[in-house]
Amino acid sequence: MFLLGHSHWFLSKVIWWRAAASTAWTVLLLPVTTALFIVLSKASLFHPIQWISESVSLFYGSYVIFCLLILTAVVLFVGFFNLEYYTVVPSIPCTRIALLGKVLHPQQFVHSLAHCMMGMVVAWCASVMIGGRYKFIASPCTEDSGGSAHQMCLNEYHLFLLLAGAFIGYSYSLLGVVRNMNYVSFHTVQQFKYLRFKGALPLVVKYSAVQSLYSLRNYCIFYFFFGYVPRAWICTTMNLHKNSSVTALDTVAGLLDLSLLYHLWISGTFLLVIWYTTMLLFKIYISEAYSVPVQSSFSEDIFQCLPAVLSGKEPMILKFLALQDLALLSQHSPSRRQEVFSLSQPGGHPHNWKDLTQRLVTYHEVVSFNGRAKPQSIGRDQQSTSSDSSVASGMEELAKTPWVSSASHTTGVMPLRSSMTAMSGPQAAGFTPKSDSPFASPAMKRLVGGQDPFSPWFGSVQSPHVTRRRPKLWTSSTAGSPLNGSPSASPAESPVPSPATRTPSFLTLWVHNRQEQVKNFLAKRALIMYLFNKLPEASSQALFADSQAHIWALEGLSHLVVASYTEDRFGVVQTTFSSILSSMLILQEAVDKHFKLPHASSKPVRSSFNLEDTTYKTLRFALRAALKTAIYRITTTFGQHIYAVQMSGEHRKRLQQFMEYRE
Amino acid sequence: MRILDVVSALPLGGGSVLWVLYGFCSSWIAFQFCLRFSVLFVHSRVPSSVWRNTGGICFLQSQHYKKACHRSNVCVKSPMMCSLALFPSPLPDGQVTLYESNNELVAGTSVDSYPKQEWDNLHFRRDALKSHSHLESSSKAAFLDHKDTLWMRSAAAWRDAGLSGLFEEIANSSEVPRWLTVGSGFALALLRWVSSFHGSLFPHLTLSTEDMVAEFSQVLDWSDCAVRGFAWHPHTDKFAVALLDDSIRIYNSKSATYPTLKHRLQRSVAALQWKPLCATALAVACHNCLLVWHVDPTSLSTRPSAGCAQVLSHPGHSPVTSIAWAPSGSVLISASPVDTSMMVWDVAAETCVPLQRVGGGGVTFLSWSPDGSRVLAATPSSLFRVWETRMWTCERWPCLKGRCQTGCWSPDGKHLLFSVKGEMVIYALTFTEAPGEPLGCSGGAKAAAIVADLSVTSFQTPEGEVRIGGEVQSLAWDPRGERLAVLLKGDPEAPACPAVIAVFKTRSSPVFELLPCGFVQGEAGAEPRLIQFHPSFSNGALLTVCWSNGRITHTPFYFVSAGGPRIGVGGSPPLPVPLCRTMENGDRPLFSDLCS
Repeated sequence: MFLLGHSHWFLSKVIWWRAAASTAWTVLLLPVTTALFIVLSKASLFHPIQWISESVSLFYGSYVIFCLLILTAVVLFVGFFNLEYYTVVPSIPCTRIALLGKVLHPQQFVHSLAHCMMGMVVAWCASVMIGGRYKFIASPCTEDSGGSAHQMCLNEYHLFLLLAGAFIGYSYSLLGVVRNMNYVSFHTVQQFKYLRFKGALPLVVKYSAVQSLYSLRNYCIFYFFFGYVPRAWICTTMNLHKNSSVTALDTVAGLLDLSLLYHLWISGTFLLVIWYTTMLLFKIYISEAYSVPVQSSFSEDIFQCLPAVLSGKEPMILKFLALQDLALLSQHSPSRRQEVFSLSQPGGHPHNWKDLTQRLVTYHEVVSFNGRAKPQSIGRDQQSTSSDSSVASGMEELAKTPWVSSASHTTGVMPLRSSMTAMSGPQAAGFTPKSDSPFASPAMKRLVGGQDPFSPWFGSVQSPHVTRRRPKLWTSSTAGSPLNGSPSASPAESPVPSPATRTPSFLTLWVHNRQEQVKNFLAKRALIMYLFNKLPEASSQALFADSQAHIWALEGLSHLVVASYTEDRFGVVQTTFSSILSSMLILQEAVDKHFKLPHASSKPVRSSFNLEDTTYKTLRFALRAALKTAIYRITTTFGQHIYAVQMSGEHRKRLQQFMEYRE
Repeated sequence: MRILDVVSALPLGGGSVLWVLYGFCSSWIAFQFCLRFSVLFVHSRVPSSVWRNTGGICFLQSQHYKKACHRSNVCVKSPMMCSLALFPSPLPDGQVTLYESNNELVAGTSVDSYPKQEWDNLHFRRDALKSHSHLESSSKAAFLDHKDTLWMRSAAAWRDAGLSGLFEEIANSSEVPRWLTVGSGFALALLRWVSSFHGSLFPHLTLSTEDMVAEFSQVLDWSDCAVRGFAWHPHTDKFAVALLDDSIRIYNSKSATYPTLKHRLQRSVAALQWKPLCATALAVACHNCLLVWHVDPTSLSTRPSAGCAQVLSHPGHSPVTSIAWAPSGSVLISASPVDTSMMVWDVAAETCVPLQRVGGGGVTFLSWSPDGSRVLAATPSSLFRVWETRMWTCERWPCLKGRCQTGCWSPDGKHLLFSVKGEMVIYALTFTEAPGEPLGCSGGAKAAAIVADLSVTSFQTPEGEVRIGGEVQSLAWDPRGERLAVLLKGDPEAPACPAVIAVFKTRSSPVFELLPCGFVQGEAGAEPRLIQFHPSFSNGALLTVCWSNGRITHTPFYFVSAGGPRIGVGGSPPLPVPLCRTMENGDRPLFSDLCS
């Protein structure tokens, strides 16, 4: 995505450099890792002196230097893949079939294949560095093997190690997609990069070692049953003979070679440590706080300022970093808060504050209205710049075009939509082929996919069974309510090509009815049910996948409002105070409704000592807590003055609960 | 053939085992000595000129930070220091301190004789509370079925007592081969030797869990106290009390029901605190985990289920002796004397970020400054740290005498008062600039000043001589910054030197001043165990004291403060409390920051 077409200024100026810096650090760390690997692979406890001297002498050998060059290239590739595949909004499959679709996705296939190859390359380096019997793929046959001494025989140990590298590379890629390893989470506390790295490094080593052990077990089972296939293939293609004097490795006796297993495990750990360190450094660099200016005196820089960044068609990562920066500045930086509260120089309008709050308030409104078009929302500016406008306008389009469903393969938006429906996991998604562009970033796809193409008209045809399956913040009891909404209601841009308004034709209706029949038929089969049944709480997770942005928005907004109590000299905050409060209260109501649903309040199993980031699984709880804290922050600061704010009676009642600390 | 080769290559030979042990031990010793000497080195690097000039100041910041931090004007007036001799003499026996009015402490004959209190005085009788605090291992022998297989017993021992338990089980069992028994006996001896060596560096590690909590708790005589913890809600009239039987009760001024919280994991409660800017969440530091209860204030249930509690645990992070919520309610930090890292918890997401600093051997006490910018973290050795909370960097403050026992922050977060075990004084640190401006430095004084001398002083009362003074157990500063309560340990051996609460009048602006106010005394024979100020008392300050006889009393201090409506702890910079009181006659500033 970054290589093709015009790339965004932020990606090319900041993200790219951060990724490059993280990769550079990994490359610098490579000799250390390699040295450790050599020392450990040469381990012989009987001859410690020989062990040390051998490893030291080997480290200066030409082989190792050459391997370091190759490993550098591998790290560069891994870094490139990290950059291409990272996401700040995880894609959470709601059904097993969606997960399967994710794994078999062409984009994922490219990823897996590349990591397979790189795993093999790393394993080759490892085998060369270990040396001994692993070094070459072919060795002269021994005398008693039947053949003549001039024939070359296959060195199965070498092949075994190479295949292990490929296997571990593939499982790295597979686990990455299953466990959302490409998800970049943001820490609750800010720390310097070095300290973060130092804190996470033991975890990386431990996780790699354990993961390598599991992969080793699976690989041995795999090789035991299917090992003869690659062996025979290599033998025939390279015209090598089988050495019958050595025990074949796909036998129990061959696999019980402890030193072989040790070397295999060490090599696997070496591979995973390098790759996970690359990923760790990448995540640390990417999620580092970025300071976005509140205002700029030069008009050419205006697109880099906070209000502009929060609105336009900006990459998700930029929005996240901008919101994080907003949350930080609202807490820690009085001088930058002054800029937010300041008036424009000629004219004296509080543009900064107005722009900022408008973005943030609409953020919340879109979520709390469950993606439904709010009657008075979608103001004039929505069509132009607001980030939410895309969602909102997308919804308007959807209302006009009820035919954009996963069933209609003919529509222009189909390619984009199918991928996203697969991820939001409706039942119908399983029937659509994945025809997604492999270069779209996951985040982008999710956002596009997040939009639920079901319109009220469509919903009436659909079985309620299916309707229930798509993630929603909450469902209103009135059946006729227009539940066409973006489940994620992500405030991101959606590059949906606006489809032409079309009217339902007879043909499409017929196709749709056929499809419903097939669906009903298949729903009775056990396997199908297994694949299509919604995973518990997955839809809830999917719905709140981008909640981190909302949490920052809430924190930033509430801190700014609280700071205005003492710092706002012109009273600019008062102008939007009631809309801020009402947006928070509406969001609170919506979130409360969501938590009344089953599965919403069940906690996922917490796994400590794991490298994978499971923050996204608990984001809904974090959002609920942040929301309450934000409202309490405002009510505690303003005290009784808050009753002077104009509010509807319902909101006043709700606020009263907060004033009495009964929420 | 091959298998045999490999087996012989395993490190089972005697020579290799010795090599490994040698390498392990030597690296361990080297590591520990490095740690030890790094502390000593910091001490020895103190330049003599600084040392001499500061006189009574005994704390010096390490050189590393001194360069980065600005110096502030600290001057100590040792002769002007507040001492207990200036206090009014304590009440005679039978008299109870009721309240403070017109700058005088008013006494009466009974706690209940004063009707003006908002709160009933609670009374938890020691004998009514059944203690569950006996160790599980003591009853283990009576119930353990010795017919279990070795495998089962080993697994149980591993689960209960870890590696040493496993070795002990194997060494004591008869049905294993001889070499295994001898080997595990040897390993056990080695383990004990290593742990004793480790324990000699950090003596607190040899304590049992209960003793460790008792040692580092803010409650005086924690193990024998009916009330083990107390926490006011930061915004409403509601408090939680942790009792000896490991239950927690919540009392609310608006309702008659008091929910009792019990949980399987809620054992030896060391501390509890309500989450700021939240009505429901109560964090409890337990034996081997943190519990965060969500108690719905509108619910009428008296026994909230265990499902209302979130369990936060991290391997190696037990017992938890101190917790602190961020004043903005965003994160919770927890500390354990065994764990060198302190945990920053995102409670809603149940994730934690360990902040590790090796020196000190653990973290015992945490206190978050009310403005949220700094955190005091005390360690079991003579060292404490002050973290700034923006980038989470810390300053090391090595002490010369002992570990930091307790500390408290002024409401504006500019002054930190703390006390050191083994010294009968209160120290003050002043922080001038907002943290984070020069990053990596929390900004402030480079040395601590002694502000109060609490050495034992004799008072003549009608009953005879009473000696008052001693080390500080805990400090509490009221949210307006006008009263400072100090819980003095007294001398447990001498009956004439009881534990008392000394209350100081304080002001922090324009200069920091400390004046004597008086002693708060309870019924005859009752010693104070725990003190805390009400966070939002409108007429002054309300000091809550838990006594050794299980009584909880609330002592109001009525005074007028022109501070106006106090801004909540909502993270906003608190309003500067203007100086309101005129100097009362008879009061002279006993400690003043002002340099003449």
